[in-house]
Amino acid sequence: MNDTALRQDAAPAAARGKKKKTGKNIQYRLLSLICFVLIIGLWCVASYGHLVQEVFLPSPTAVLSKLFSMAADGTLWAHCSASIARVMIGWIWSVIVALPMGMLMANSKRFCAFIQPIIEFARYLPVVALVPLTLLYLGIEESQKYTIIFLGTFFQLVLMVADTVSNVDINMINAAKTLGANRFQVYKEVIFPAALPGLIDDFRLTIGWAWTYLVVAEMVAASSGLGFMILRSQRYLATDTIFAGLIMIGLIGLVTDWIFRIISRIVAPWQERLSDSR
Amino acid sequence: MKTGSSDRPVRLKVDHLGKVFGEGEQAVCALQVVNLEIRQSEFVMIVGPSGCGKTTLINIIGGLEQQTSGDVLLDGHMISGAGADRGMVFQGYSLFPWLTVLKNVEFGLKMKGIPAQHRERTARKYIRLVGLEGFENALPKQLSGGMKQRVAIARTLANEPEILLMDEPFGALDAQTRVVMQELLADIRRKTDTTILFITHDIDEAVLLGDRVYVMSRRPGSVREVLEVNLPGERSHNSLVLPEFLEIKKKIMDMLWRESNDAAMGR
Ligand SMILES: Nc1ncnc2c1ncn2[C@@H]1O[C@H](COP(=O)(O)OP(=O)(O)OP(=O)(O)O)[C@@H](O)[C@H]1O
Ligand SMILES: [Mg+2]
Repeated sequence: MNDTALRQDAAPAAARGKKKKTGKNIQYRLLSLICFVLIIGLWCVASYGHLVQEVFLPSPTAVLSKLFSMAADGTLWAHCSASIARVMIGWIWSVIVALPMGMLMANSKRFCAFIQPIIEFARYLPVVALVPLTLLYLGIEESQKYTIIFLGTFFQLVLMVADTVSNVDINMINAAKTLGANRFQVYKEVIFPAALPGLIDDFRLTIGWAWTYLVVAEMVAASSGLGFMILRSQRYLATDTIFAGLIMIGLIGLVTDWIFRIISRIVAPWQERLSDSR
Repeated sequence: MKTGSSDRPVRLKVDHLGKVFGEGEQAVCALQVVNLEIRQSEFVMIVGPSGCGKTTLINIIGGLEQQTSGDVLLDGHMISGAGADRGMVFQGYSLFPWLTVLKNVEFGLKMKGIPAQHRERTARKYIRLVGLEGFENALPKQLSGGMKQRVAIARTLANEPEILLMDEPFGALDAQTRVVMQELLADIRRKTDTTILFITHDIDEAVLLGDRVYVMSRRPGSVREVLEVNLPGERSHNSLVLPEFLEIKKKIMDMLWRESNDAAMGR
């Protein structure tokens, strides 16, 4: 019928979009880079120009050489890997429990009524205030660090998952039902894939918070990890080590974010993103 | 046509259907005693003022909503919940954006547990029927509105439902695409002998496609009048200017006008 007409308007539009996008992409990357360069520039001016004392603001070269020496003797990797392991384990537990609970909350009014008040209550308890109790119950074992990270992320994540899942387009669920999908199939074939990009976003946000709580846990009772490294350096006024620690946490955060974005693009290439049309 | 269809078996029967949303003071009566019958291979249209309960009616028939009173019978059996025997096409397409056109059309067959090879063959057949060959591997986001609705129609037809329920399926399309889609649907119907219940705002669409038109009153909705459409010759866009066509169109327009006028006068 009007096949050729249909085909014509689909193909070139896609090609046009692609070309424009790569050009813009380079522009955005450049802008991000400029921001970093600017901050490092200011840092150079402040420290090499002796505007700020060395004990308060170490020079970029001092921090870099500290990073290199710590990388060479293996302490940097030891602290990083200890911290990464704690974040991952605590956070994964949180995901494992929060995912089914959140999905259930979104789809069962009864379960929601049962669980929501206690979660809302727990969500407002500052994790720092729970540290003494975790120390009392679990001592300074690794499990205490996992627990802190779990407590810090779990309650938020459950609510985020419930929200993301309940925002799945009801029309899509109705369409699936009228196509013969049963309750389980609606979950597996529609709700889960539809919610997946949103869920990955939720995971990305909570892993960021996990880092915050990790530092809390490591500053109280630990003998390894980036938080511990930063706290101990304060005692010796080793600001270069503090800066090295901060830079490492920031870099790990950037890499984590980047990994999540890639995962999101791999598992949900179908998603229409705002950034596609920018 | 009339003599032919009246001795066919009744497929769908809606019997004294009523629906009230909410309770107490907030209660909204959306449907009040709706009766209708659809026979095998009939194309039945519903028109009515906005908010009169058309979507509510079709959602109850589709099993997506529960009625307050009355029954819906498909081949003499009371329906319970949604099911593949009543295929629905919605105004908003409702495609699964993570699935390709082919996988979207296969969806219902997959739910039934039909093996992959077999369901692909069926899906391709219906994609061809709606004129989307060559787009099997495209994602919904790459398609225009008209193309999306073609996929939605193919997806529902591939399931081979007993009856096709369509709620203003072409409402979101531009006038030209709408005409193309109306022809497509008339063509599909000739080829597949499907039984169709179709809701529309567009009186031309109702008279052009329908064997019978149910005109609903304003809310609370009930059937105000049933009109048989008998047009000489093959239906096409030339039918739009036939005196028979215009006569039925005028009747429906008058009824709808009276409905909205009564509402405005507070009667
Ligand atoms: N979930 C609901 N809760 C309460 N009232 C509802 C609900 N759904 C529909 N209604 C009411 O029922 C009436 C009928 O709505 P419905 O959507 O069936 O109308 P419609 O005939 O399809 O209208 P339109 O032609 O604009 O699509 C409306 O007055 C609406 O406000
Ligand atoms: Mg409606």
